[in-house]
Amino acid sequence: MARHRMWTSLAAVALSAGLVAACGGPGGGDQPTGGPNEDGVTTLSVWVFAELHGAFYEQMAESWNEENPDRQIELDITVYPYQDMHNKLQLALNSGEGLPDLVDIEVNKFSNFVRGDNPPLVDLTEAAQPYIDDVVQARLDLYSRDGKIYGYPTHVGAMVAFYNATLLEEAGVDYTTIRTWDDFEEAGVQYHEATGKEFGIASTEVFFTEPLTIAQLGGNIFDESGNVSVDNPEVTEAMEMWQGMLEAGAISTIPGGSPDSEEGYGAINNGDYAAVVYPAWYTSRFVDYMPDLEGDIAIAPAPVVEGSDVLTIGGGGTGMSIPKGSPNEELAADWLAYAKLSPEANVAVWEVLGFDPVNMAVWEDEAVTHNPDNKFNQYFQTNVFDVLNEVKDGISHFEGFAHPDLPAVNNTFTTVTLTEIYENGRSVPDALAQAQSDLQTELGQ
Amino acid sequence: MKQLLYSQRLAPYLFIAPFVITLVVFWMIPVGQSVVMSTQEVLYGETTPVGFRNYERLWQDRLFWQALFNSARYMVLTLAILIPIPMVLAALVCNSIGSPRIKNFFKASLFVPALTSVVVAGIVFRLMFAETGTGLMNQIISVIGLGPVRWLREDVPGLIALLALATWRYTGVNTMYFIAGIQSIPGELYEAASIDGASRRQQFFRITIPNLRPTLVYVTTISIYGGLAMFLESFMLYAGNGSPNNQGLTVIGYLYRRGIEENDLGFASAVGVVLLVVILAINLTQLTLSGTFRKEADR
Repeated sequence: MARHRMWTSLAAVALSAGLVAACGGPGGGDQPTGGPNEDGVTTLSVWVFAELHGAFYEQMAESWNEENPDRQIELDITVYPYQDMHNKLQLALNSGEGLPDLVDIEVNKFSNFVRGDNPPLVDLTEAAQPYIDDVVQARLDLYSRDGKIYGYPTHVGAMVAFYNATLLEEAGVDYTTIRTWDDFEEAGVQYHEATGKEFGIASTEVFFTEPLTIAQLGGNIFDESGNVSVDNPEVTEAMEMWQGMLEAGAISTIPGGSPDSEEGYGAINNGDYAAVVYPAWYTSRFVDYMPDLEGDIAIAPAPVVEGSDVLTIGGGGTGMSIPKGSPNEELAADWLAYAKLSPEANVAVWEVLGFDPVNMAVWEDEAVTHNPDNKFNQYFQTNVFDVLNEVKDGISHFEGFAHPDLPAVNNTFTTVTLTEIYENGRSVPDALAQAQSDLQTELGQ
Repeated sequence: MKQLLYSQRLAPYLFIAPFVITLVVFWMIPVGQSVVMSTQEVLYGETTPVGFRNYERLWQDRLFWQALFNSARYMVLTLAILIPIPMVLAALVCNSIGSPRIKNFFKASLFVPALTSVVVAGIVFRLMFAETGTGLMNQIISVIGLGPVRWLREDVPGLIALLALATWRYTGVNTMYFIAGIQSIPGELYEAASIDGASRRQQFFRITIPNLRPTLVYVTTISIYGGLAMFLESFMLYAGNGSPNNQGLTVIGYLYRRGIEENDLGFASAVGVVLLVVILAINLTQLTLSGTFRKEADR
């Protein structure tokens, strides 16, 4: 009996010691030890947040293996939910443990990972060299800091305009005559007065279209020394233009706060809104969520500010990066350049994902772009590549999108500032002054 | 050795050791590290000491006060809803409703929402409170002649949606606590009271409530903590951390935004430390006032 009791107390001690040891040990990471296994195949661990991206990477790994029999790879892809994956990556990078070889990073989050003087991502400038002339420079800039490329883009996401041509025709509005924002406003007012329905959209929860006009006016949301500057004349002018369109009736807020929300899809599908200015990847939202509009939607260049060289900018996106410390850095970088930037890969980007690919050589390949079997080509009245080729020389990089403090500015605009301006009718200089002072306090500037 | 193991004085410490060790390792050390981190700027393996600068920025940030106000408002309102209603429901379940089978059905159906994931419930509530005329809630209020409400885009309707979610989800849990409390009240008290001619109502206010005090204190304590630390409900209801004019932003949401979304972990640690102090202060005051700390004999 006495012996029994002693064992019990010893067990209690052992248990508590085990608990302590469990969290003191080295964290089991996903990162393999590196190098090929006995079959000559190197396993690369990949984190993504969109299942479709995973399917695309599998396909690119297969074709890489066909072309590079001496450098075989195998992908170990893990799909996490969007928020989870970025949180996990951030904690892994901060602790330096449990990192994957390759990781998809969404552009709004990207700034977080290139903060400071010593970003925890591998410099990919060199691996990009074979393809760099064909790739839209603005998109590489988005994932670059101080001249070094830290991630490769998936798509251009050029802002274009989607018009419900059927509805516009019924109301006697010809969308092909819309070239500037003034034309857009005029068409909107005319449509709104003729039908009583809404034309364009003022998004309170997504900050995409306003940056387009800020860029067209030659402005930025940060000043030259990198400090936040959201109350400068260009931003004020752009926001006043948007508020003016709202007051004139050319645009209106949308249920769900942006076109890219469940309620928004419903409203557009219902014919409540006739014009959506959004990045080109919005094509997939039409095809997937708005089946009733098949054959009604025409894609056209986004409206411009008179006299501006900037015709459009890219919006949104996902870059793939390699965390520092991967034992397979070089192989991962070579494969990544192939999988993201090569012409073969970019054909797949269009065919599998339906995105506007970053390699412009693809844009001119009519067999690919005008393939009548393609579901996107079947859905829309006009071809998205015709529009892209039209604005090709005017695709600009909005510097604000690549700034480390973008998440803070984006949060302030999508929660407070846009709501104040569009919903509460607050004067633009007032709302921007408030945003500026909030952001300065927050960022300690 | 043997003597050491059987020592009367050492035994209690040995028995509480597992708890103390887990408390220290998983709670005290992280809290200590957070306090240290709150005086630093943290960036990928590099830390720069910045003194009390994070606290200074926190004090000046309008958004922090708004988040604190939102959390406090939510906490007070959940206390006002989630204590009286479950208490009455518990009394009804224990006393008034017919057969045991009906009672059990009632208890089970009250508890089911607590078993549902907040994530699922949040999405369902978001769609129920959609601002379009076809949303469920807008259909319901149109029956009594009210126009469509833009639920999640305006402050008070948004708060109502959030409270509806909280009430739906936590009523069952609190009811269970109160049922357990009521069942431990000796039946003789009620018997004696009814012989003396006390009505059901008098019995509830004079016997049930006073005897429920330990349960009340417990439920209040966890509700204060739960209310101030609420995050997921609002996050799911607004499909993310952003809401119009930050009407759904809570203190934890604010911590999450600064720490994770904007990668400022030092600053976020300062938010966490402040929240800890606030919650401790409120709970300690409440526990002292309710007499929980007094020794059994003094009560």
